[in-house]
Amino acid sequence: MSSTPNTSTQHTSTIGSIGTPSRRNTELGLLVFAVVIPIFAYTNVGLAINGQVPAGLLGYGLGLGLLAGVGHLVVRKFAPYADPLLLPLATLLNGLGLVVIWRLDKSERLQQLAERQYGVFSPSAPNQLLYSAVGLALFVAVLIFLKDHRILQRYTYISMVAALVLLLLPLVPGVGADVFGAKIWISVAGFSIQPGEFAKIIIAIFFSGYLMVKRDALALASRRFMGLYLPRGRDLGPIITIWAVSLLILIFENDLGTSLLFFGMFVIMLYVATERTSWIVIGLLMSAGGAVGVASFASHVQARVDAWLDPFGCYETSGACEQIGQSIMSFGSGGVMGTGLGQGHSDLIGFAANSDFIFSTFGEELGLAGVMAILLIYGLIIERGVRTSLAARDPFGKLFAIGLSGAFALQIFVVAGGVMGLIPLTGMTMPFLAAGGSSVIANWALIGILLRISDTARRPAPAPASNPDAEMTQVVRP
Amino acid sequence: MNKPLRRIAIFCGLLVLALLIRDNWLQYVQADALQDNERNRRISIERYAQPRGDIIVDGKPVTGSKATSGSDFKYKRTYKNGPMWAPVTGYASQAFGANQLESIEDGILTGNDDRLFFRNTLDMITGEKQQGGNVVTTLNSAAQKAAYEGLKERGKGAVAAIEPSTGKILALASYPSYDPSSFAGNSTDTDSKAWLKLQKKTNPDDPMLNRALRETYPPGSTFKVVTAAAALEHGLYTDADARTKTPLPWTMPGTTTELPNEGNIPCKDATLRVALQYSCNTVFGKVGSDLGNDKMLETAKKFGFTEEQFVPVRSTASVFSDDMNPSQTALSSIGQFNTAATPLQMAMVASAVANDGKLMKPYMVDELQGPDFDPVEKTEPETLSEPLSPENAQILQSMMETVVDKGTGTSAKIGGVTVGGKTGTAQHGVDNSEKPYAWFISYAKVSDGSAPVAVAVVVEDEDADRGDISGGGLAAPIAKSVMEAVIQSKQ
Repeated sequence: MSSTPNTSTQHTSTIGSIGTPSRRNTELGLLVFAVVIPIFAYTNVGLAINGQVPAGLLGYGLGLGLLAGVGHLVVRKFAPYADPLLLPLATLLNGLGLVVIWRLDKSERLQQLAERQYGVFSPSAPNQLLYSAVGLALFVAVLIFLKDHRILQRYTYISMVAALVLLLLPLVPGVGADVFGAKIWISVAGFSIQPGEFAKIIIAIFFSGYLMVKRDALALASRRFMGLYLPRGRDLGPIITIWAVSLLILIFENDLGTSLLFFGMFVIMLYVATERTSWIVIGLLMSAGGAVGVASFASHVQARVDAWLDPFGCYETSGACEQIGQSIMSFGSGGVMGTGLGQGHSDLIGFAANSDFIFSTFGEELGLAGVMAILLIYGLIIERGVRTSLAARDPFGKLFAIGLSGAFALQIFVVAGGVMGLIPLTGMTMPFLAAGGSSVIANWALIGILLRISDTARRPAPAPASNPDAEMTQVVRP
Repeated sequence: MNKPLRRIAIFCGLLVLALLIRDNWLQYVQADALQDNERNRRISIERYAQPRGDIIVDGKPVTGSKATSGSDFKYKRTYKNGPMWAPVTGYASQAFGANQLESIEDGILTGNDDRLFFRNTLDMITGEKQQGGNVVTTLNSAAQKAAYEGLKERGKGAVAAIEPSTGKILALASYPSYDPSSFAGNSTDTDSKAWLKLQKKTNPDDPMLNRALRETYPPGSTFKVVTAAAALEHGLYTDADARTKTPLPWTMPGTTTELPNEGNIPCKDATLRVALQYSCNTVFGKVGSDLGNDKMLETAKKFGFTEEQFVPVRSTASVFSDDMNPSQTALSSIGQFNTAATPLQMAMVASAVANDGKLMKPYMVDELQGPDFDPVEKTEPETLSEPLSPENAQILQSMMETVVDKGTGTSAKIGGVTVGGKTGTAQHGVDNSEKPYAWFISYAKVSDGSAPVAVAVVVEDEDADRGDISGGGLAAPIAKSVMEAVIQSKQ
């Protein structure tokens, strides 16, 4: 920090308003790290597996560097005051994810497994690189075309419809695809898409728009009952609807993660909008009720709960806990320092090792140290998101930012907690790390939106117009 | 709206914190338990990731490793003369795990042992691959060969030979045996089939049973050595050549049953020496019942009965029962009724007598070595117990030497060497319906007075005529060739 008593240099946080520096050069510096670290990791994997520097290193380095460079230039041009940390952090995660997906592509065990199951093995890393590029394109598009996030308010109810359609699309016969028991995919022109990932962002638009309008009604028009402010019946409508939709997702699509995510996001945004603790209590009660209700009759959910309670118990009998058992052993075998990239056996997890369970590979090969670093990077992204929300000057932006950050935080918790055996396993992807087009594209869009909101929030207010009266009264002579 | 926002920020922080705590729990607190979890396939992957160290006999490895492809496991175990050494090495199979030395010394053989940590760290820094260490055994390959070949000629059975002064195991053979190489890999075609063929369910010969350590047989008359030791130690008789007050026929106390002798032998009031020479059931039956269960059990325990031995491979505990009435004690004292012993146990009996009454703890691992042959751990001989005073041991020695000189064990005579021994023919099965076991225990003493080897042989030969089965005829020649092999290799 500069020693000159210049107010502008003391406001380095997102919250600062007037005179906030753009911090674009900080971002550029951090981006260099975010590109160099994965390149080292890539080299490391190559040396560990083949004993030589991987042939694709130059292409990979240039590709990741290009993505980061384009991202940076677009931010510099179209969102100059945006948060400087989000882009480097996302780039770093995406780069590391690519390295580990490539590393798992190299696993003979997974190649043989794929050949046995599908007759052919196709590596995931090239696709992931392509999807990352598409994701970055969407990120660029968001920054270029979304000049002001408040425009999205206009699409409140369209968003609701769009989100519901996206969510329920996998249930439509012919479009939806049942992959390993979870009906969360749709197949369009040979590509499979997980619409839930996109619905996450779109439904946040609806929640923000709806809650901004209704917040006073929800907050104030309530009756006091046993120390809690209970809302009026008509205001309860949307909440019940969301609860029901998330239960439907859970029941018909077998997707524990998405339903938890949606409901959790809604409760968070409701609480922020109304500032009423009662909503949290109501939300928790409803989700607990829903969870218990579903768990008691859906065998799919029951199996997951059993596997969570005793990760090795059903190993021999039903094999339902094979994945979680392998995942936990993966973490344990990594220990504090890990085995080193490319030198673990996390591929024993089998299928989904590079998507839902990619975090286990980080656990085994980078160890406790690496996993804590990754978790802290996620923590930083969440923290920058919450700060963006705090700094945003309009309630819509505030709600939108906290909705996205909250959903991001919940997703991290649900996925990482699931593979580490902290909570029952759900089928979601680790943002940016896991192989999967929908996930990486949607999350780049999410980062783009957060950058747009933070740019608006941190943009210096126009200098106040000079007061003509001041001139007049300034010089008063006795 | 900022107050709830800050709370949400804290909530998100708590979520991340919970993950961090869980991760520390998994990767720090629970890490070792998860690494060693029996379902953790990494253990076997690791075990076969590099060539295993070798099990060494007489300076030469009896094991090896060869590279394989097409599975998680890079190297598989090979065995030289597998069936002969199987009771020593055990097996290490990619599909079926490991046992005996291969399992007990797995840490050294894979190189994962903590004692190799310094070397492994050095290897890691210099970029060398981790290597396995070696297990140097105490075995004598000539003796082992003599034992195995001898058994092969005569049928099912086992041999255990010990160096009395140290407890070093010199031979440990079991027949029929198996080749651990035949299922060392993990192919479902060859390895699983070979494994299945060796299982007791499909193969009544039970070739994978380590008869030298894990099978107990009624020791028959060889147990009379223990009974004689008990008589001397408890002062029932103090002289091998004093007459015992034994009537013939002798009726077991509390019964009307006479204890029979094999054939018409001079057992009436026989001295201990004569009784051992002709193997008188009446004399030793009476000695046992006169001493009583407690005193017999006490001496048997001193010889190692009722305890598992760890050499370091575990041997089954030999049996001498508690709480028997005098007639049962009498039967037990001639090695029948409940008495049962492993070949190792009977070799220990012979070795304690030969070592002037001091029983050394038997062991078969002389030294554990690091990958570059530097010693990691050396086994020092240890005294297990002293079942006999030196004086009594010498009395018993002279009695056993009479057995070989002019008694039932003459077929074990070796020119220029003093051999002491005892034959045994153990009845078994309901009403002795099955073919008896032929036993022979012995030791050899060379001219300088030292005893380089004590041996126990048991043969269960189903092809022999019932009348031909005797310790002297079937088992003693094997014992003789083992002793000769040891004496020759010492010269």
